[in-house]
Amino acid sequence: MKQRLFVGLSVAALALTACSGGASSSAAPSTGGVASPSAASSGSGDLKGKTITVGGAFVDTEATAFEAAVKPFEDATGAKVVYNGDKSFEQNLNVQVQAGNPPDVALLPQPGGMKNYAKMGKLFPLPADIVASIDANYGEGWKAIGTAADGKVYGVFHRVNLKGLVFYPKAAFEAKGYTVPTTWAELKTLQDKMATDGTPAWCIGIESGAATGWPATDWMEQIMLRTVGKDGYDKWVSHAIPFNDPTVKTAAQDMMDIWGNKAYVYGGPAYVVQTNFGEAPKAAFDTPPKCWFTNQGNFITAFFPDAVKADLDNQVGVFNLPSIDAQYGTPAEVGGDQAVAFVDRPEVWAFLKYLTTPEAGVSWSKTGGALFPYKGQDLKNYSSKLDQAFVTTLTTAPFVRFDGSDQMPAAVGTGTFWSEMVKLVNGTQNIDTTLNNIEASWPK
Amino acid sequence: MAGARLVTDDTPRGIVQVLATGIGRVFISLVVPIVAFLVLWAGFLFLRDAQAPKVVIVVVAIVWGVGGTALLYVVSNWLVEKLPATWRNRVLPFVFVGPAFAILTFYLLVPAILTIINSFRDATSSQWIGLDNYAYAFTNPDMLTAIRNNVLWLVLGTVFSTGLGLAIAVLADRSKLDRVVKTLIFLPMAISFVGAAIIWRFVFSYQPEGQPQIGLLNGILSTFGIAPQSWLTVEPFNTLFIIIILVWGQAGFAMVILSAALKGVPDEMLEAGRIDGATEWQIFRRIILPTVWPTVVTVATTIAILTLKIFDIVQTMTGGNFGTNVIATLQYKQMFTFFDYGRGSALAVILLIAVTPVMWYNLRQFRSRGM
Repeated sequence: MKQRLFVGLSVAALALTACSGGASSSAAPSTGGVASPSAASSGSGDLKGKTITVGGAFVDTEATAFEAAVKPFEDATGAKVVYNGDKSFEQNLNVQVQAGNPPDVALLPQPGGMKNYAKMGKLFPLPADIVASIDANYGEGWKAIGTAADGKVYGVFHRVNLKGLVFYPKAAFEAKGYTVPTTWAELKTLQDKMATDGTPAWCIGIESGAATGWPATDWMEQIMLRTVGKDGYDKWVSHAIPFNDPTVKTAAQDMMDIWGNKAYVYGGPAYVVQTNFGEAPKAAFDTPPKCWFTNQGNFITAFFPDAVKADLDNQVGVFNLPSIDAQYGTPAEVGGDQAVAFVDRPEVWAFLKYLTTPEAGVSWSKTGGALFPYKGQDLKNYSSKLDQAFVTTLTTAPFVRFDGSDQMPAAVGTGTFWSEMVKLVNGTQNIDTTLNNIEASWPK
Repeated sequence: MAGARLVTDDTPRGIVQVLATGIGRVFISLVVPIVAFLVLWAGFLFLRDAQAPKVVIVVVAIVWGVGGTALLYVVSNWLVEKLPATWRNRVLPFVFVGPAFAILTFYLLVPAILTIINSFRDATSSQWIGLDNYAYAFTNPDMLTAIRNNVLWLVLGTVFSTGLGLAIAVLADRSKLDRVVKTLIFLPMAISFVGAAIIWRFVFSYQPEGQPQIGLLNGILSTFGIAPQSWLTVEPFNTLFIIIILVWGQAGFAMVILSAALKGVPDEMLEAGRIDGATEWQIFRRIILPTVWPTVVTVATTIAILTLKIFDIVQTMTGGNFGTNVIATLQYKQMFTFFDYGRGSALAVILLIAVTPVMWYNLRQFRSRGM
């Protein structure tokens, strides 16, 4: 009998070796786990030899720019920041969290992800001095996006995107004698004029691989912000009103009045649904332009033709998607990664505190293509006039709201909101069916 | 080796000595596996937590993986060698099969059972919700579209891939260009489905009327003055167009296997048929087809399983939009985008159940042919 036991033992050893992935340490706090009061202020140089691992979804040049942006922190404190970029970051992070070995700091693109991990008790809330630093350095709204359901602040914003910007080819636009519309009515008049002149107003493409449809949801969000204001928008995003509410229907109608009309949109619906969002704006820079306007985020300039990219300030004009209801003006819709802490260590808090200071944005804003939300930052740090204009818009908007679909539950925000909008734009179904289907898919 | 020497040592000993060696044997038999286990465990911990350069980790992983397997073998073999001859013969097969069985259990059986259990639980696998996930799978409009599409894939994909493969194999067999034709047809097999889908996106590419058409199909249409068509956005034809990609890729596979089977049809039988005055069609129907039928079935079932699991072509071509979803693309979304493990598992179970009869038939074919 005993010999058999030994054989069993060796097999058991193999089995144990194979399966022990889940049984790791990294105890997560179930409650707040009052974060380390020792949170060293940045610049204290007492963190030599400490390493902070950071995970995020951006790679290549953006990763290099991020590494350069955290260099001043490394130099000042002696701590080392190791950034690990992964295009499937959100999926993989979920696996890492389940297995108990997430990075120290994660840069989460979706507030829903932060709320989810906070609810699971995997995140540590920010200590009071970092929250104070957010209050001092950010405009209204940013703290709220970093706050989870328990009312504690978990997320710090660094690089952000600004959406609802309408780009157009400056020289050709001026040569036609067009002027930038400042209200929705002016926009509609201009659209009709452009249609009469033989060129549709809008360049739109919503194809984006597995994320196809997101530019359509951005349009919806921007129209909602401009028609129901921040309170109405928050209610919509948090599902305090149903998705098929009349206000949402009105917004969808406003959007489809433009999107559904071939005279206004280059190529018509079939072209829109299968053209990549980065490919679509290029038609505006043909001679003569095939369409005029691209409503997108500040990052879209990276997709412009090379000749245009080289001379952005002179070739590209930009204005905010006009106000629809005068009382709400032109609010700013933003997106961006928030840094959250999976561990409670002084060097991690020092790092997050650094990210709340304008200093953390300087090197990247000089490189270009990135915006930072800090109140006191020096505009001169931005290399292009376009970026300076974006930052001004961002910091002076009547109010700032985060991308709505990114805050909705994943099944809606990265699921039905995208896919049902694609069906709507493709003409497979009407507005009522679309909104009812999205409402039905909202997790109970 | 100490143990082996003790076993063969026949010199008479006192009771104390026997007891001492007995304890020694037990001790060694325990210590060796424990040491082996600790070594493997240390390697595992290093691999899990190490921040070392990737090269070092890769080298350690290879040494740990290969060496660990060898170590396990040596240790368990050594243990068995110490057993009396009768027990040794009984235990030895299990030592050799055991690891493979353990790994299979761990990586296939346990996950499959967990998946079935999770399919009756909610999104976070925390509560039992009965058949809700399956109710969702058979009532949600997107799911119904996906099931319809999977049936289209199963029937059209399998029939056309196998049929075309067979036709080409038979015809090429009689042609002088046999090799050239077969090579050309077989070539797409070397391309991954994702790669194939990217190629075919260009074939189906659509630009507005009046613009230069970069897509092959619309390019051909425009030279004849016909308006460009949006191939991929019109339901349900878009699914048919996407199935063409599978046929393009899999006909070569069917052709190669069937071609080999055709070479095995005895010439005597064909000649006898011709002498008896059979037409070529009759020869094909009554002699060739029955002879290669088992191979046709094997090829068809293999492709049928592939079509049931189809994912990459759809994901790359349309991302499941425009009514082209299949069960696997929705499963992926539920699992990895919505993190709804309940629904994702339920879809996996449905796929598993759909594949099982085909699999069973396929295995039975293998067995009856002594493969």
